[in-house]
Amino acid sequence: MKTRRLVKVAVQSIVKNSLRTLLTMLGVVIGVGSVTIMVAIGQGAQAQIREQVDSLGTNMIVITPGSSNQGGVNQGAASFNRLTTDDSDALESGSFLLSAVSPVIKSPAQAVGGDGNWRTIVQGVDTDYQLIRDWEVSSGAFFEATDVRSKQKVAVIGATVADELFFDTDPVGERIQLRHVPFEIIGVLAEKGQTADGSDQDDVILAPYTTVQTRLAGRQFIAEIVASTSTPEDISAAQEEIALILRESHDLAEWEDDDFAVRNQTDLADTAQSTTKVMTVLLAAIAGISLLVGGIGIMNIMLVSVTERTREIGLRLAVGARGNDVLVQFMIEAIVLSVLGGVIGVIGGITGSLMVARITGWGIAISPQAIALALVFAAAVGIFFGFYPARRAASLHPIDALRFE
Amino acid sequence: MEKNLVIEAQKLTKIYTSGANEVRALQSVDLHAAPGEMLAIMGASGSGKSTLMNILGCLDVPTAGSYRLDGTEVAGLDRNALADIRNRRIGFVFQGFNLLPRTSALDNVELPLLYDRSDRALDTRALAAESLERVGLGDRQHHEPNELSGGQQQRVAIARALVTQPAILLADEPTGNLDSRTTLDVMSLFQEINEQGVTVLMVTHEEDVASYCKRVIELRDGAVIRDEPVFQRRFAAFDISEWEAA
Repeated sequence: MKTRRLVKVAVQSIVKNSLRTLLTMLGVVIGVGSVTIMVAIGQGAQAQIREQVDSLGTNMIVITPGSSNQGGVNQGAASFNRLTTDDSDALESGSFLLSAVSPVIKSPAQAVGGDGNWRTIVQGVDTDYQLIRDWEVSSGAFFEATDVRSKQKVAVIGATVADELFFDTDPVGERIQLRHVPFEIIGVLAEKGQTADGSDQDDVILAPYTTVQTRLAGRQFIAEIVASTSTPEDISAAQEEIALILRESHDLAEWEDDDFAVRNQTDLADTAQSTTKVMTVLLAAIAGISLLVGGIGIMNIMLVSVTERTREIGLRLAVGARGNDVLVQFMIEAIVLSVLGGVIGVIGGITGSLMVARITGWGIAISPQAIALALVFAAAVGIFFGFYPARRAASLHPIDALRFE
Repeated sequence: MEKNLVIEAQKLTKIYTSGANEVRALQSVDLHAAPGEMLAIMGASGSGKSTLMNILGCLDVPTAGSYRLDGTEVAGLDRNALADIRNRRIGFVFQGFNLLPRTSALDNVELPLLYDRSDRALDTRALAAESLERVGLGDRQHHEPNELSGGQQQRVAIARALVTQPAILLADEPTGNLDSRTTLDVMSLFQEINEQGVTVLMVTHEEDVASYCKRVIELRDGAVIRDEPVFQRRFAAFDISEWEAA
C-alpha cells in the first residue's frame, strides 16, 4: 500500500464531506487564530513598553535625594535634599565608569512667547543631558558647554511647548519669557512621546542648569542627577561607585544610611517587561485552552464520523484495506484537518492582529515563533485527538461494520 | 481430489459462543467449485448461508476445517493476510451496493486498487475505467451514486468487484434491492462475466435468481441439504428479449 494513495483516499474523504470538514476545522481555526492574535498583542505591548523605557535614555542612572528620618518618623523620598551641583561635579570628576553626568534642576514656569503662553517645567541641565537621554534636536542645536559656563539665557524647547506657543512656525531664534526672564530659543527637541506612566516627555524646556539656578530656581539643591555608562554591563558597578563617591562627598559615617537613592532604567524596564510577559503567557494560555477545545471538537467529530462511516470502513476492509490502512487514513484526515485549520487560523490571526492594531492603535508584534508553535500544536492536536477514533475505526470487524445500520 | 479447484472447503465448522450458548452456524460443510462455476447458495435465514459466505469471502475464519482458495490455504491466516487475499483474489457485491456516497463511479471502482500491496505498477484510473466499460457504464464514469439508478449502482459495484481481476466473485443477495426488470439486467451481467471465466458465487433466497446459476447448494441448520446442477437453467439475456417483446 503506497502512502501516496492513502493520502489521496484521505483527501478525497475530506473534500467530499466539506460541511463536516469546515465544522471540524472551525475549532482549530479559532484556537490557532486566537493564539496568534493574543501573542501578537502581548508581544506588541512588550515591545511598546521596551521602546518607552528606552526613550527615557539608554543605560541611564537616576540619583534622587534620599529620605530623612526624624525621630523615627520617615518622611519619605526627597524629604531631605542634600543633592547639590557639587555632587554632580564630584561624580563627573571622580567616576571612572560614568560616561556622562548631568544635574537636573526642575522649576515650573509660565512660558510666554510666540502667540501665547504655556505652563511647563523648566529643567536646568548640563550638556551631557542630551547624551544621557539620547535626545536629538529636530531643529536648531543643543546648548554648548560655554553656554553653561557663562550662564547664557538660551533654551531648547520640547515639541509640545513648540506646538503650543509657535504652532507651525520654527521657534529657533525666537524669544521666550520664563518668569519674565527672556531666553533665546536655540533648538527644538525631537518628539519622544509619553512615558510608560502617561506623562508627556515633550512638555519641557531645557536650559543650562547654571542659568536656571541663578535666574529661575534660586535654590542650591537640585531635583536629581542623571548619569549614564557607555555599556549596560557597567551599570551595577557604576551604581556602587556613585554611592561611594556621594557618601564621601556627604561625609556620611559608616553607620549612617544613604541620603540619596540610585536607580537605573533597566530595573524599571525589567519590571515592566515581566509584567507584560505574564500577561502574554496568560493570554496565550487562554488561547491555548480554546485550541484544546478545538482539538476535542476534532475528536468528537472524528468519533461521530467513525460511527457514521462504519459501513464505509467495512467496505474498505472488505475490498482489502488492512486495519492499518484505515488507521493511517483517519490519522491523515485528522492531521490534514488540524493543519489546514491551523494555516487558516494563522492567516485569520494575522489579519485579526492587523485589524486590532488599526482599530485600537495598539502596537502588535506578529511573532514567527508563536505562529510556528501554534501550527505544531495544531498538528499535535490532530495526532493526539485523531488517534483514538482512528484506532476504533481500524479495529472494526469487517462483517460487523458492513452490517452496521 | 482435483488439483485446480478455485474453492476447496472441507469440514468447515463455525461455532459462535455467546455466554453459555453455543450456536453451530456451520457443521462440517464441504464445498468445491471449479473455475468457471456459477453457484447459488440458498437457504432460509439462520441456515448458515451468510456465515458460509463470510468464510468463503475471507471476512471470517472457520472454527475448524480447511479452506483452500485458488490453491492457498486460508484457515489460520491473520487479519492482514486475509485483507490482502480479499484485495487480490475476491470481488464482493453486496445487496446494498455499498458505494461511497458523493464519490464518482470511477473513484468507487478504483478503490480496491488503492489498497493493492504488490509492487506492480498499476494505472489505477485506466483499470477502473476499463472495468466500468466492461459492465456497460463507460459513459457514467463521473456520475455519483445518487445520480445513478439502482441497477446502474449495482453495476458500478460489480465493476469494483472485478477491477482487481479476482479468482472469485462473491455476491450477497445482489438483486435483493432491485425490481424484477433490473434484476434481469444484473443477472445477465453476472452470466456474461461468468462466460468470460470468472467464478461466481451468490447467496440468494429466490429460486428465480438461483435458476440463472449453474449449480445450487441449499443449507439448513448449518449443513448442506442439497447440492445439484440447475435443472433447466435460464438465460437472462433471453428473458430480457422476451420481456421487451411483451
